[in-house]
Amino acid sequence: MSALLEADALRVFYRRVEGLHRASLRVAEGAIVTVIGPNGAGKTTLLAALMGLLPCGGRARYAGIDLAGESVEARVARGLCLVPERRELFGDLAVEDNLRLGAFTRTRRVDRQMARDLESVYARFPRLAERRSQAAGTLSGGERQMLALGRALMARPRLLMLDEPSLGLAPRLVRDVFRAIAALRAAGVSILLVEQNARAALQVADYGYVLETGETVLEGAAAELAAHPRVVATYLGLSGQTARA
Amino acid sequence: MIPGRAALAAFIAFLLAAPWLLTSFQVTLLDYIGLATLVSLGLVLLTGVAGVMSFGQQVFTGLAAYCTAVLTTRYGMSPWLTLPLGLALVAATALFLGAITLRLSGHYLPLATIAWGIGIYFVFGNLDLLGRHTGVPDIPALSVLGWKLDTGRRIYWLIWALALLALLAARNLLDSRAGRAIRALRFRSVMAESFGVDTASLKTVVFLYAALLAGLSGWLYAHFLRFVSPGAFNVNAGIDYLFMAVVGGAGQVWGAVIGASVLTLLREWLKELLPALIGYTANYDTVVFGALMLLLLQRARNGLAPAVARRLIAAPRGCAREPAAALARRGQPRAGERLLELRSAGKRFGGLVAVRELSFSVASGEILGLIGPNGAGKSTVFNLVTGVLRADDGEILFRGDAIGRLAASEIARRGICRTFQQVNLVGSMSVLENAALGAHLRGRHGTLGAMLRADRAEEAQLLQEAARQIERVGLAAHASDPASSLPLGQQRLLEIARALCADPVLLLLDEPAAGLRYAEKQALAQLLRGLRAEGISILLVEHDMEFVMGLVDRTVVMDFGEKLAEGLPREIQSDPAVLEAYLGGLE
Amino acid sequence: MSFDISLWLLQDGVTNGSIYALLALALLLVFAVTRTIFVPQGEFISYAALSLALLQAGRLPGVVYVLLGGGLAAAALELAQALRARRWRHLPRRLALYLLLPGAIAALAWWAAPRKPDLAEQVLLVLALVTPLGPILYRIAYQPLAGASILVLFIVSMAAHYVLSGLGLVFFGGEGLRSRPFADAHFRLGVLDVSAQSLWVVAASLAIMLVLWLFFSRSLYGKALRATAVNRIGARLVGVRPELAGSLSFAIAAFIGALSGVLISPVTTIYYDTGFLIALKGFVGAILGGMGSYPLAVLGSLGVGMLESFSSFWSSAFKETIVFTAIIPVLLWRSLTTRQVEDEEE
Repeated sequence: MSALLEADALRVFYRRVEGLHRASLRVAEGAIVTVIGPNGAGKTTLLAALMGLLPCGGRARYAGIDLAGESVEARVARGLCLVPERRELFGDLAVEDNLRLGAFTRTRRVDRQMARDLESVYARFPRLAERRSQAAGTLSGGERQMLALGRALMARPRLLMLDEPSLGLAPRLVRDVFRAIAALRAAGVSILLVEQNARAALQVADYGYVLETGETVLEGAAAELAAHPRVVATYLGLSGQTARA
Repeated sequence: MIPGRAALAAFIAFLLAAPWLLTSFQVTLLDYIGLATLVSLGLVLLTGVAGVMSFGQQVFTGLAAYCTAVLTTRYGMSPWLTLPLGLALVAATALFLGAITLRLSGHYLPLATIAWGIGIYFVFGNLDLLGRHTGVPDIPALSVLGWKLDTGRRIYWLIWALALLALLAARNLLDSRAGRAIRALRFRSVMAESFGVDTASLKTVVFLYAALLAGLSGWLYAHFLRFVSPGAFNVNAGIDYLFMAVVGGAGQVWGAVIGASVLTLLREWLKELLPALIGYTANYDTVVFGALMLLLLQRARNGLAPAVARRLIAAPRGCAREPAAALARRGQPRAGERLLELRSAGKRFGGLVAVRELSFSVASGEILGLIGPNGAGKSTVFNLVTGVLRADDGEILFRGDAIGRLAASEIARRGICRTFQQVNLVGSMSVLENAALGAHLRGRHGTLGAMLRADRAEEAQLLQEAARQIERVGLAAHASDPASSLPLGQQRLLEIARALCADPVLLLLDEPAAGLRYAEKQALAQLLRGLRAEGISILLVEHDMEFVMGLVDRTVVMDFGEKLAEGLPREIQSDPAVLEAYLGGLE
Repeated sequence: MSFDISLWLLQDGVTNGSIYALLALALLLVFAVTRTIFVPQGEFISYAALSLALLQAGRLPGVVYVLLGGGLAAAALELAQALRARRWRHLPRRLALYLLLPGAIAALAWWAAPRKPDLAEQVLLVLALVTPLGPILYRIAYQPLAGASILVLFIVSMAAHYVLSGLGLVFFGGEGLRSRPFADAHFRLGVLDVSAQSLWVVAASLAIMLVLWLFFSRSLYGKALRATAVNRIGARLVGVRPELAGSLSFAIAAFIGALSGVLISPVTTIYYDTGFLIALKGFVGAILGGMGSYPLAVLGSLGVGMLESFSSFWSSAFKETIVFTAIIPVLLWRSLTTRQVEDEEE
């Protein structure tokens, strides 16, 4: 498999965010890759840098082009999309308008497809269809996450980056979200997943990286990583005891 | 500070020599620069340091100028009597305007200042008493001990003596307890409040000082020009003053002189140069002037003073000075006393329930871990306890007293101190000064004491305490670096040092170990154990379970705003509900 | 005050108030999308009003040179940016926007001015001359500072106000001009003597408000602007360039400014710096409406118009003072009811 995204020694030094020193990773076409690590390790910074929201050093290539100098909007137009931790929805606008705006980069070309994409998002998340004319700000936490995912899907992403999709969701909803992620991969979308819920992330992913204090310190196939003693101790169990439990 | 002193000495030497070396016209220009320096100095403090923008300083200048003009010409009053009267008028106006606008967010004040700038301009221009658009002529000259200050050369001494005094007072102010608090006002009022700074009254004090400086300048102006008319106090004058502060540079006292000089000279120069260059006397100067401002904002947003300062003043600010007596500490409560207690506390944001029916307590001398997934409501608990937010339901007690309705600064006074998850430091201040901000409530000298340097003994004590706490968290080597230069992990340690400077009874730490390396975490755990041994109690939010479980006495687990479990670390780790919340896998 | 007079003042107040309302809407839009307090709006009003009067006199308005010079400067900035980033993809379109469009409009104005076109053509020409100044101004003054704080952007606005009002003085001179009314007719409506000009102003304002409402509730670009106003990061993540949103909102604002200038120029004599005061009254209206709500801003602006017309009757020398101090009670009320907000930026 060829690498869709390849980041080599990414550095971000920006005083308002967690720093990034040497983060390197590859996302193969059609794979789910997860980045796990403690709070403050720089996971969100990594995604923001890949998205172009923060200036960074190092090299990043996506779909054969060098990302340096590409604007956020140009990256979106090329199918690199981010669902951020804070969701960043348009609270005053209706759910459907949020979704339509998700397809903003494509609107000049295809209007027919827009309707079809909208229907497929509604099919995926029926709750959104029920609330299509409601303002996004009135949605519950789980619905907001669905809307954020749906909005990103409207851009027809090739690589979808998800920052803490399970954040603040009840366990049942977390399961729904991870099922949706698995379904997306089946539909051909590659996924880069950042999660504090390491166990769930490693269950759904093919490959994983561990990010600590701004560096990727460990990588491997998701199953191997899930069994790695260091990962077990730090991220999966509360301590050695519970890892056994 | 030696190069800085040398620069200051050179500047004063220049001012002393200038009247003998320069032509009358040039001295008059210097007079104008001095007058403008007074006004823009106020704006440097107000806008550059405290982050409050005003386009309306000419209102205060005009009030004082017209006040003395009318009283001296119509009623024959002595100018030395009209000075306090004019300043009182300015102060009353400023207090009124400040009271209605300083609490509002960013853009309201500048808009409002433009509005009343226009309002007062038409008052000046239409009142018979003030001579309408022709103004008030024949204002008497000032005289000092029988010496008449009736020429530009003579009044020069008075103008610049006052300007220098104002500059020194402002410099002293910034380098003090009150000054640190003022510098924290800009974007960090929540943080400042949580260390006991009364941000509202501090803003008012700065606004008042800036208004009084403008008033002083107006009084001088009236007796220097011996004529006032509304044209000098139109909106453009207010804009010019703000431009001076911007050109000079945000937060640099000497920037006021630089800005006032650059703009005054530039205006003069453009008036001469442009007609010669272009050939006719159209008013291109405003255009060029505005364009240069745009260029400056785009190229050097922090103004010219920082660039000048880098050349002249290499020595860092706020180094520890001579040894001073240690600050008095409060007595810690006896171990085991119920210190903090939440009784069914609840908080909603719109429809979202952040905290629901939460009850737990912290005993004196213990470290209580508060854990739970991101978004469980832990930071909201911190904000409720420290008075940043008000609980919708329930009670919060500290040492038996209800604190749920108290202001953040009052809660800080009682000994609850915190760190912030989103690091909340004043990036441009040194590490030492940031820590000293924590000791705000342990000093008592205010703005006036600072300006007059009556606070030096106390200041040395505060800085010594700050140095001690910085050393304790392992940042001694960085004491004089700007806080923004530290990596985020160390900024978190600095937050702890700042909280320790407040001599806390209860310390609230929000993810202190995030971003630290393994060895640094070990050192932090050691530090926290040491604090516990001293009798300080700690409420700790943290995600690193190894760190938490090895350190805390008891743990409270939150999920979806509710308490999920409470107990000893061992019990928590085997609690099925906790495992589900934390580990809840897919199956 | 007799009943007749108060009705007459009322009509006057509504006429001016509806112009302030248009301006308030434009100012709110620009503030929401770009966080800019758009002080230079006033210059667009003056430019448009003076240009209309000059066209009626068969002369070429000097705003042509501002347009050409501004376009040239914006194009130079684009070129420099492209050179620096070595990216040429967008350059041709942007150069066309900043060079060809202004050039074409200028040529049209140059050709049409001496031929004394009829009123509708004059108005269209003025709108075409002034509207592109919005995006050009955004490109030159604001876009390089897009990430700056509200306060820095405010100072930028003041500097831009200096530049544009200075250019106004250079190209239009210091004397005031007044254009011919659109219609001289008067109707009697009961006791009220309604001038056709007033009806024109009110009708045009209502029409523009309707178009704005349709634009923001129906079109994707309108929604993209709203999205940017609500959540800037979110807007970038769906591919709405902040520069596009900024340019577009400035174009709308400049168009509204120009239209206001056109509508007001037969009503009162306009000098190069009159627009500044008029635009500030739009701000007063927006502040009276709380700086956040479009309908309240319209109401606030109508209030400003009324206050102005009635205070000019009672004490015409102090009417500006009365209008501008009207915000004090509103600010007082707001400062008592709002909790302090943290400006999280540095």
